[in-house]
Parts: sequence; C-alpha cells; structure tokens
Amino acid sequence: MSDVITNILVCGTGGQGVMTAAEILSQAAIARGLDCKKSEVAGMAQRGGVVTSHVRFGKRVWSPVITPGTADILVAFEVAEGSRWADMLRPGGVAMVNTIRLVPPVVSAGLFKYPDDPVAQMRAAGVTVYDFDAGAIARELGDLRLINTIMLGAIADYLPFPAGELEEQIVGRFREKKPAMVEVNQKAFAAGRDAAESAKTKTSAA
Amino acid sequence: MTAAVQAKPQSRLLLSGNDAIARGVWEAGARVAAAYPGTPSTEILESLSLYPDLYAEWSVNEKVAMEVAIGGSMSGARSFCAMKHVGLNVASDAFMTVTVAGVIGGLVIAVADDVGMSSSQNEQDSRFWGRFAHVPVLEPADSQEAYEMAKYAFELSEAYNTPVILRLTTRVCHVKAVVQVGEKVAHAIGGFKSDARRWVMTPANAKGLLPAQIAREGKLQALAEASPLNFLDDGKDKRVGFVTSGPAFMHVRESFPDAPVLKLGFTYPVPLALVEKLAGQVEHLVVVEETEPLMERELKAAGLQKIHGKDLLPRLGELTPNVLIPAIKTFLGEPVPPATTYPKFDPFPRPPTMCAACPHMGVYYSLARMRKNVQISGDIGCYTLGAGHPWNALDSTISMGASMGIALGMDKARSEETKDKAVVAVIGDSTFLHMGMQGLLDIVYNRGNVTVLILDNRTTGMTGGQNHAGTGKGLKGDDTPRVDFTKLVEALGVNPERIKKIDPYQLPVVFKTIKQETAIPEVSVIITDRPCVLSEFYSKIEPYKVVDEDCTGCGNCINVGCPAITVKRSESKVRPDGKVNELKFTTIDTAMCTGCNMCVESCGPKAIVKAKPAVAAE
Ligand code: SF4
Ligand code: SF4
Repeated sequence: MSDVITNILVCGTGGQGVMTAAEILSQAAIARGLDCKKSEVAGMAQRGGVVTSHVRFGKRVWSPVITPGTADILVAFEVAEGSRWADMLRPGGVAMVNTIRLVPPVVSAGLFKYPDDPVAQMRAAGVTVYDFDAGAIARELGDLRLINTIMLGAIADYLPFPAGELEEQIVGRFREKKPAMVEVNQKAFAAGRDAAESAKTKTSAA
Repeated sequence: MTAAVQAKPQSRLLLSGNDAIARGVWEAGARVAAAYPGTPSTEILESLSLYPDLYAEWSVNEKVAMEVAIGGSMSGARSFCAMKHVGLNVASDAFMTVTVAGVIGGLVIAVADDVGMSSSQNEQDSRFWGRFAHVPVLEPADSQEAYEMAKYAFELSEAYNTPVILRLTTRVCHVKAVVQVGEKVAHAIGGFKSDARRWVMTPANAKGLLPAQIAREGKLQALAEASPLNFLDDGKDKRVGFVTSGPAFMHVRESFPDAPVLKLGFTYPVPLALVEKLAGQVEHLVVVEETEPLMERELKAAGLQKIHGKDLLPRLGELTPNVLIPAIKTFLGEPVPPATTYPKFDPFPRPPTMCAACPHMGVYYSLARMRKNVQISGDIGCYTLGAGHPWNALDSTISMGASMGIALGMDKARSEETKDKAVVAVIGDSTFLHMGMQGLLDIVYNRGNVTVLILDNRTTGMTGGQNHAGTGKGLKGDDTPRVDFTKLVEALGVNPERIKKIDPYQLPVVFKTIKQETAIPEVSVIITDRPCVLSEFYSKIEPYKVVDEDCTGCGNCINVGCPAITVKRSESKVRPDGKVNELKFTTIDTAMCTGCNMCVESCGPKAIVKAKPAVAAE
C-alpha cells in the first residue's frame, strides 16, 4: 500500500443522491482497510442548492477536505455543477459528467444564464471530461434512481482498487433490503462502466 | 447510524463525528441527554435516541436542554446536552451558574461551531465560553477523537466537579472518518440528595463556592499540561512549529508534513509549559486556531516570544490547506505554488429553494404581492428562504424567535413614510415554541400592531424534520400531547377573533386573510396548517400539468416559486403600442409535483390541469 491519497469530489444538486454515492465510495475504501475521510456540505444546501462531498482515502488521511487543484476524480451528477467544481481537479485528473441540465428558478426567471455547453467550456480549458447521459441509461433500465449506480460504475475503472469491490458495496446494500433491486443495479453499474469507456474513446478520437 | 448502535467492541466503522460522540456518550454510561436541533449538531441526539438505557429528548430550546441535563447530573446520572454555537447563547444563563454549583453525575455539553457558516446567522467561537465560565474545553479533531473525548469528558467532569465543554466544528460533526469503538461502562444513577448549600444559588451560597471554582482552574491547568490529549507530533523542519487544536491540526499536518506540531485536545486551561517547550525548539511558532485568536493572545499575554497567528492567517472561516500553505510559505519567503491549474468557471448561482408544494410558498407568494405595503420580520428556519427568489419577502432575520420582538420594535418606530405600512412577523411552529412565545406575549402586553404568521408545518424543517412539542411526537417517534397553537396564542392574550387558522394551499384565502388582518390595527395571529412535504404527515396526490394551447406565457405561476414549475420557452412579443412583452411558457415536472394546487390558483387562463393518468416512469 503506497502513501498516495485518492481524492474524489462528488458534486451535484440537492436530492440527486450525491451523499449516497460518496458514502458508498467511502465504505468501499474502508472495506479495503484504508483510512478514509468524507466531508459533506449539508444544512441549507440540501434544498435544491449546490451539494458536494469530498471523499479522501489512502494509508493515512489527515485533512477532511480536498485542496483545490488536487482532486483525482470529479464525479458530476449535473453538468453545470461539473464546471462549477472543475478547478478542484489536479492536472491530468478526470471529470466524469452526467449531461443532465437542471435549470434552477433563478435561471428560468432570466436572472442568470445557464452556460450553453459546460462540457465544451471545460474542454477548452484543458480539462479531461468524459460525459454521457446517465438519465437516458437509467430510464432505459426503468428507474431514474439508478443514476447513482451508473455514475459510480463510470468511475469504477479509475479507482485504485478493482471495480468489483465498489460494485459489491452497492449491490450488498440491496441484497439485504431489496433483493429484487440487485440485478438491475448490477446492470446499471456495468452500463456506467461501458458509458465511461465509450465516452473516453469518443473523447480521445475527437 | 444504526451500525454504530449494534457495533461490537473493537469494530472499525465509518462514522460522522456526531455519530461517534453519541457512541462515546452511550459507552460512558450517560442516562440523560437533551438538545434542540441545530446544524451542525443535530445528529448527535438523533443518533443517541437509538441507544437503549438512556433517556433522550428534543427540548423546546437549548436553555431547557441544558436545564434537563443539569437536573440529571444533580440526580447522579451522567448527563449530556448538545447544541450549536448560537444555542449556547440561549442556554448561557443556566450554564454560567451550574459551573459554580458543579456536578454529581458527569455533565458534558457538546457545542458545535459552524466554522465557515454553512447554515447559521453568525460565526462565533464557543471556546470563549470555557474561559468565561472557568470550565475545561476539549477539542476533538476527527471522529475517533470525538468518540474518545466524549467518553473521557464524563470522567473529567466527575473528577473535577465541573461541567465540560466538548467543542466541535462542522468539520468534526459532519465528516465521516474511521472509528474504532469500545465497550459500554455501567454507570448507575445515585438519585438526588438534598443539599441546599450546594444547589440553591443565593448570593451567600454561591459566594461560598466561588473559591473552589478558582482552585479547580489551577488544578485543571496542571492536568492539561500532563494530558495525553495534548502531544507534540514532531518534525524535522524546525523553521516553524505549529500550535493547533480541532480540525486545524489535520489541515496543518496535511499542509506541512515535516513541521513539529503541538496538537492540543485539552485546550482550556491552556497548557503553557508544553507550548514553551515547543517554542524552545523552533524559529517561529504559529498558532493555527479556528476562528478567534484566543490561544494566541493567551500565549502572548503569558510572555511567550516569537508567536504568530492571525497576523498571517485569516480570522474568518476554515483554515484548510489552501489557506494555510500560501500564508506560511509567504511568511517564510518561499515561492507559493499556484493554487489551481484550471480556471474557475463560475456558472449561475444555485441558491437553496423551498421544496415542491412547500406550504410556505403560498404565504410568501401572497406577501410578495402586497410587498409595497408591508414590512416583514422573519425568523430562523426553512421559511427564511422566503427572502430569496422569487418572493423577496423578508426584511430581517436576526436570531431564533426574534421576529416578534423585532416586529414590535418596527411597529413602535414608525416614521412618516412607514406609518401606513403593515408590520408582519413570520415564524415557524418549532421556532415559535423555542423562543417565539415570549415575543408574542410582549406584543400583546405592549399593544403592538403586528400581524403574526405562524407557519405550522408540523416539523423542524430546516434541520431535517425533527419532532417538537407541536408535532405530537417525541424524539423516538413516540406519541405525546400535541400543543394547540390556537389555544396557546389565545392564552398569551390574543383576542380570539383575531386568531385565524388557514390552509396555506388556498391562495385566495391566504391572500384575503393576510390583507384583512393587516388592515386591522391590533395584534392578530394567522396560523397555517399543512405539513412539511418531507414529513411523515404529508401525502402526495395526483400531479398537475400545463396545457400548452391554453398557456399564455404570463409567467404568473413561476412567482409561486415551486421548483416543479420551470420555463420551457421564452418569447418576446411586440405589443401594438410598441412595448415588448416577455412571455414565459411553463411546464410542470410531474415527478416532482405533489398536486398541492397552489399554482392552479395563480393561473388566470386556467391552463394548469390534472395530469391524469398519473405519469410514473416515462
Ligand atoms: S423542507 Fe418542508 S418546510 Fe422546508 S422547504 Fe421543503 S417543504 Fe418547505
Ligand atoms: S400543484 Fe403546482 S405548486 Fe403544487 S407541487 Fe404541483 S407544480 Fe408545484
């Protein structure tokens, strides 16, 4: 085990499952015997506001927050939120972005503008972005709540441990409480991995 | 959370600081625990309520929570109370005196500071209270320490006959980290023994106890010097040595892995000799503390040399690595690496909004429509969101329960310009019971002309839906008597004819009632009655949709503020007179809509209709 710390920033908006995703990642890390810290922004932010969770794991983790410019992976559950936090990434870090656009009332009302293409913006600045429509995949699988599992699947191959261990954390939760959900979550996890893979191929071809 | 309750001794768990404290309190054998919910401290009591052999309650406010814990301690039970920083202001009266009387069963007070202000009306440093009250302060830096110190605090409390403050910050409370738990120790309740000299704080009795308080402080000082909670984590780079406490230690260790760091957990009384020892080994000493330069001043006052602190570091907010590294490097004359390599994109802001169908929206929608003629005094809670878009319907929010008194002040201080404006105070159910009642009594007593809106959504919404005396449920979900707001308000002296109970979903009724009551020059109280959409009392019904052909793009429904309603298309239309009309055609997210009916009332052309058949997953 090296001393290297893995920094993952999970972001999105209130109610999207950001906290659960971060929790699952952390559980996978401690199941490995790693030290882990997970910070969240709670309180007012829950009511549809900006939500982030910092997950850090490794042999010994000190600070509970990720220093800007040192995140290895940015998992964005919403595309503009991805751009909001992109500067947290270290050079060479990866942004895994769900392309769903959640337009807040202040934008609807015309007080602010939603960026036309946040992904293009990030790319223009040199950020490595892999983007795909997790909502569409979830709908195809029959349940929008699967977005969470899909996004975790998408980063599974970028973690310092086998994807199967993360999958086990997700599926294990359902095995006890809702066994019927096991299979569809396995599918969602696999679909997330595939989506990330094709997003990667597409990006490097472009 | 449940995992911690069932966890076997020695198991390794991922726990938040709050859950870790609960486990520590339970393991210490505490028997009484009380709190009023407040971010970031709320989950401590929620977590404690799951443990057996322990009485846990939501109190109406922190003062009462403190009093309950004091009563427990007097009776020989290990007792605990928890609150957020501003809560200790509320509880301070009882607190400042129990510190003189002392304890029987260990008395531990967890106070959580919202450093960085994620959801509070101010940022204040609770460590001051330790100095003010002459009680020891323990400051954990992560979940493991929070758990251990919670346990130790009871022993300390009993051994030195003093309440103990466990000072927390958001980054302890809400950070999950690995904790190895231990075993519960049994601690019987001795029962109350009458001792008036000790418990009846007449001047003569209290005076007799004061010398003991001062003597105790001296002993605690010696204890802090020797405490294993204070230790030197050495390093070879002797240019700067750091003195830290709480999560600041973690940030320093991360930022400067080679520097010697004095890690203080037992932070008051300050272990001066320890600091002096470190000072002897390094060129400079930097005190890294969140938020006030408390220790820094104490060290300087004690005559220690080469002390730095707030001359290099910010006084506000968290001292995270991105703050520490540039500050210290600049001080040492080293180049500061650029903080980030990617630019900041800064898209639109995304302020928190009320939930779809939140019963508060109708009230703010109505207030917004009479905005020019009302002054609105607000309070702490979800309904503070009425200050935001699209309502902009609050003129003040100061502190918990203050809306009434402030409204009375506004009423009594009318100017020529404001003499015809109605003064409205808006407060929630939990907040009204917490501290609002006294303010209403004062309005009645002093013949104020204020319209009080009690928005009863049968929960403590902002902190996540906790029960209170107005919900008919206790902390554990058990049935209890439910306060009757109408009767309560009447008992405070409000004219029964001026008490109106309304359904906030009926927009015309809401509007008419507020209009009518604000026109009458005496105190009136309007009580709304619809549960929070996140509470167990809420039931969703069939959703609505917008019929495209009928929608004129007037945008009226947007002003209700429901997040389920969004603009799907905007259009600029030039009217015959040359003026441009901005049309906004809307759509309703049927998955979010609960069918509350509020927006329907706002729609002139009746374009909002039932979306049958109910759309599940398209
Ligand atoms: S949580 Fe309840 S009170 Fe708060 S905004 Fe949502 S519906 Fe309204
Ligand atoms: S009926 Fe209208 S106001 Fe109520 S939840 Fe649905 S969209 Fe929102």
